Amino acid sequence: MIARLTTTIAAVAIAAGAWSFAFSGTAKAAGPAIEYPQHDWSFSGPFGTYDRGALQRGFQVYKNICSGCHALSYVAYRNLEDLGYNEDEIKAIASEAFVTDGPNDDGEMFERPAIPADQFASPFPNEQAARAANGGAYPPDLSLIVKARPDGANYVRSLLLGYVEPPADFNLMPGMNYNAYYPGHQIAMAQPLWGDDVTYADGTEATIEQQAEDLTTFLAWASEPEMEERKRAGVMTILFLLVFTGLLYATKRKIWSDVH
Amino acid sequence: MAASFSNPVVRWIDHRLPVFTFMHHELHEYPTPKNLSYWWNFGSLAGIALVIMIVSGITLAMHYTPHVDYAFDSVERIMRDVNYGWLIRYIHMNGASFFFIVVYIHIFRGLYFGSYKAPREILWMLGVVILLLMMATAFMGYVLPWGQMSFWGATVITNLFSAIPLVGEDIVIWLWGGFAVDNATLNRFFSLHFLLPFVIVGVVVLHIVALHRFGSNNPLGIDVKGPKDQIPFHPYYTIKDAFGLGVFLIFFSAFIFFAPNYLGHPDNYIPANPLVTPAHIVPEWYFLPFYAILRAVPDKLGGVLLMFGAIAVLFILPWLDRSPVRSGQFRPIFKIFFWILVIDVVALTWLGAKPAEGWYVVGTQIATVYYFAHFLVILPLLSVFETPKPLPKSISEPVLGSGGGFAAATAAPREKA
Repeated sequence: MIARLTTTIAAVAIAAGAWSFAFSGTAKAAGPAIEYPQHDWSFSGPFGTYDRGALQRGFQVYKNICSGCHALSYVAYRNLEDLGYNEDEIKAIASEAFVTDGPNDDGEMFERPAIPADQFASPFPNEQAARAANGGAYPPDLSLIVKARPDGANYVRSLLLGYVEPPADFNLMPGMNYNAYYPGHQIAMAQPLWGDDVTYADGTEATIEQQAEDLTTFLAWASEPEMEERKRAGVMTILFLLVFTGLLYATKRKIWSDVH
Repeated sequence: MAASFSNPVVRWIDHRLPVFTFMHHELHEYPTPKNLSYWWNFGSLAGIALVIMIVSGITLAMHYTPHVDYAFDSVERIMRDVNYGWLIRYIHMNGASFFFIVVYIHIFRGLYFGSYKAPREILWMLGVVILLLMMATAFMGYVLPWGQMSFWGATVITNLFSAIPLVGEDIVIWLWGGFAVDNATLNRFFSLHFLLPFVIVGVVVLHIVALHRFGSNNPLGIDVKGPKDQIPFHPYYTIKDAFGLGVFLIFFSAFIFFAPNYLGHPDNYIPANPLVTPAHIVPEWYFLPFYAILRAVPDKLGGVLLMFGAIAVLFILPWLDRSPVRSGQFRPIFKIFFWILVIDVVALTWLGAKPAEGWYVVGTQIATVYYFAHFLVILPLLSVFETPKPLPKSISEPVLGSGGGFAAATAAPREKA
């Protein structure tokens, strides 16, 4: 019995190992060849949560620097409640933006200040307009950017900090910028962060690293706003299942005790 | 014949419509070999996984919009605005992977213990039909979020049919409902993705009918010799399956709550764009061994035929392995080749994720040849040349036998041989 159990456990372990090995191959094959510096995020790990200060600072960076070109269209102003803003603050933030509504009774579309129920106003009406204003390049919507790249949070942070001098023999095309972490190293986006680009409301020193970390935390939240609730529910679920499965095992032993 | 029920209402109904007798017969007193190991948990687990997929899938369908302009947005709406929508979607997404894990273990269990042999050939073949239907369903489901991998996966896989001589191109246009993967394709995939799970339910019912005809195979692979080899399904296997379900749910939850996108591909969070091809188009992990076999042949038609052949060979497996001994426990050489096959399939999975270049191509070709050789050459030869170990007389004997398990059984004559 013990021997059989050991064999079974060994077989499961081997299968699991082989499987995760096979799968690690998948991730690598689909991922880039560039390794990103690994940062210690407030939201990593099974108990990680978004640092509220970083979220608010990151939102400030997004609003002042990124939102001129990059949309965040899956996020609504009301979602900013997650960042720790109250209803009045959210109303004030929303009202700074204008959205197109309508048609009104005259059949005309009109502009009005945004309300908390609106999704973030996009900087361009469509992709063509965005390309026309950006030398043909399309600044992607950032709502899912952290989820849509392998190792997304580290990728975004690395990219923001990756504007360095190109190697001497690197052939940079006109209008492009060198980035150590962008696939192919040629990126249309000019260096967005330099340090002290914003004055943080909470007095934190706005170094380039600080801004990159805050902005990435904000974008990670934008990609996975449910993450904290998900992990909380996960801890409860797993604890429940461990106890419940333990009871099932005890019951199984009891019921099977008369089988020989 | 009819079981006696104490509840008068149940008795009244059962007299006219014997559903309670039926359930009592098939789920309660159903005699089951008493020596089933935990490898036998994966059948009922697969059934539960199917139910989980149908329930979560129907809920998702209430909020999903099958249109190229709205599909991606509607999925994001489910993730962000529908109450617990993220949970339902992550259950469904990871549920697909776990359904395949469970079914693959279930299949390898059948391969090792010879569950495909007489009189269970049709049971086995129905299982292969279920696998095929699952693959079609999973493929079409992956297209629905309309991300980059959805679109390009659909394009690559539907294009395989163009390899069919003469009518291939026309078939592809017919599948697409147009001249490219587009709204018509998305709509029909949604329709079929909703339909096929219920077809699977139908085949599962047949699978269970066939199973209950002769009952479960068992780790010894010998027939039950009478009531002392058997125990009723309830409560013995209901509680054992419930415990197995608990273990399964712990692993499943770990993925849903803590690594929901680990098994997916980041590119599928980029909306589908017919003008931008992803650097690597990689199918979901559970298709990788077949994807590897597809790419092993430089010729498109040959690759497609070989890929379908990899499943077709399972259909005729009961007639390829002619050894009268079912269980791998009593087949010393078969046992070794079984584990080589497991390694070979894992290797194919790994190679399927690699770009088709350099030694990966050669490796894939070797692994593919070995896969077919296992079924078409090794198993038929083993049936002739392998000398199996002596089989125990009955299921009860090795369990009851004094002096440690199989020692008493070695003297017993081989069954059937």
